[in-house]
Amino acid sequence: MTSDLPVLSLKGIRKTFGAILAIQDVSLDLGAGEIVALVGDNGAGKSTLIKIVSGVHRPTSGQIHLDGSAVVFSSASSARSLGIEVVYQDLALADQQPVYMNLFLGRELTIPPLALLNKSRMRKETQELVEELDVRIPSVRSTIRDLSGGQRQGVAIARATHWASKLVLLDEPTAALGVAETAKAEELILSLKDRNLAVLIVSHNLDQVFRLSDRICVLRRGRQIGVRETAATSKNEIVSMITGVD
Amino acid sequence: MSRIGVPKGFDLQKSVIYVGFFTIFLFFSFTLHDDGFLTTRNLTNIVLQTAPATIMAIGLVFVISAGEFDLSFGSAVAVSALAAAVVLQDYPMLVGVLAGIGAGTLIGALNGVLVAYLRLPSFLVTLATLGLFAGIARSMTNLRSIPVINDSFTGIFGSGKLASVPSLVIWTILAVAVGHFLYWHTRFGAHVLATGDNPRAAQVAGIRIERVRFLVLTLCGATAGLAGILYAGRLQAAKYTLGESDLMTVIAAVIVGGTALKGGKGSIIGALFGSLLMGMLNNGLILMGLSVSDQMIVRGLIILIAVAVSLRDTSH
Ligand SMILES: Nc1ncnc2c1ncn2[C@@H]1O[C@H](COP(=O)(O)OP(=O)(O)O)[C@@H](O)[C@H]1O
Ligand SMILES: [Mg+2]
Repeated sequence: MTSDLPVLSLKGIRKTFGAILAIQDVSLDLGAGEIVALVGDNGAGKSTLIKIVSGVHRPTSGQIHLDGSAVVFSSASSARSLGIEVVYQDLALADQQPVYMNLFLGRELTIPPLALLNKSRMRKETQELVEELDVRIPSVRSTIRDLSGGQRQGVAIARATHWASKLVLLDEPTAALGVAETAKAEELILSLKDRNLAVLIVSHNLDQVFRLSDRICVLRRGRQIGVRETAATSKNEIVSMITGVD
Repeated sequence: MSRIGVPKGFDLQKSVIYVGFFTIFLFFSFTLHDDGFLTTRNLTNIVLQTAPATIMAIGLVFVISAGEFDLSFGSAVAVSALAAAVVLQDYPMLVGVLAGIGAGTLIGALNGVLVAYLRLPSFLVTLATLGLFAGIARSMTNLRSIPVINDSFTGIFGSGKLASVPSLVIWTILAVAVGHFLYWHTRFGAHVLATGDNPRAAQVAGIRIERVRFLVLTLCGATAGLAGILYAGRLQAAKYTLGESDLMTVIAAVIVGGTALKGGKGSIIGALFGSLLMGMLNNGLILMGLSVSDQMIVRGLIILIAVAVSLRDTSH
């Protein structure tokens, strides 16, 4: 397989909810090790696009290609099994369970033949991962609700990092975080690049978008207004694309 | 911050049962010493009497941990005991056992289908099936008691002993061991906890939460079936009243035992001690000479305290 094939390729994606046109003709390519930011006003269709790529919604029309081959996701599980991980805005973590069980939620390691949980190995792998990513938590046995918002998002991003083999989708991952916590989360997001993963991130924070992304894709009321190289554009240009006002 | 002064990682909800259990044990040991509380015979009696409730509590821990509720296990116990007793009149022991446990399991599965696949609230579904099967238990036998005269059955599920350990104790230990194991060391247990904790997170993580809900309610029916068989074995008879009065005791045992009403957290060993605590209270209050109505009042107050502790710990 040639490495210049895009990891993710969206062609003419359209999505309607009854009479509501949420996404209209979006086409976008993402390469390995590339971070693309998805920006737009509230209701522009960013979350809907993320949900389409993560298998939650099926597009009304258009194609999704992964590593060059067309895919149809029947559910979030089928997208996940193809190496796509999502970090949700509202943290899809089980609050009363320990960090290591959240890391392996739904994909617990077991020991044959009785399929017993291999808790010691899950703890060990979680420990190695949080050390490698420098996610600072008291212990992998800590209960999620005893962690700060930043630590929780650290766990959520670590989980995506661990399981993604191709693509990580993040929908406003730092919307609920403080300044220091956001900086830490951005570090984690940049480390996804080093792992040669493709990253699609929704963010309302343009400073963050310019710090993290290689390219910026602007949506307005479901329409794709344009895609810009981050290094070759300015906040002013992006703002006027978002608002439609020059 | 509601945990000031409490060491980090200390789980009040899960620890309170052990403190409570030993405090009340010591209290009765001193105050009821002359009434024979501490005799081996009396203590053994407490364990034997609580065996069916302990086993029902195990099923309920799974249900509540998954974020659901079951009110119907009492009448599932009665129907199971009656089914076993009726079948044992004409068939060998094994068939009777299968009939009893099968009846409970089917009732649980019915709850499970209604809750998981028709998406009806478990509290209301099981309130309805509680009434439904209480009625069926009554009409099955015209309110009569059915004797159980199968000796191997009443030995294995009642008065028998293995190496001088009463069979009811063995069943209790077995059920607690299997329950604890399933709860803590299997993928199923992990999925039960995740489903009760955050169903949406569980679902996006690929856990089939409907299946989990169906299975916990079915399991609770199966434990009610086993409890029914133990009642039939110990009393050498089955009647529609079996299990009926256990509703409050079992719920209290589970909640005092550290299982969070909101789901996502619980303990099988805690429920065992919760059940033993309820049995011990019952026993102690009788030895103290309290009337039945006073006993009910004291037990009601204990449940209130338990619920208060449970909610206090989950509200921050
Ligand atoms: N499940 C849904 N059913 C109906 N309409 C929806 C649904 N999800 C999103 N929409 C609509 O689609 C449009 C885009 O929403 P969304 O993708 O959430 O925007 P954004 O994330 O950019 O704020 C909005 O008009 C929204 O109301
Ligand atoms: Mg959104």
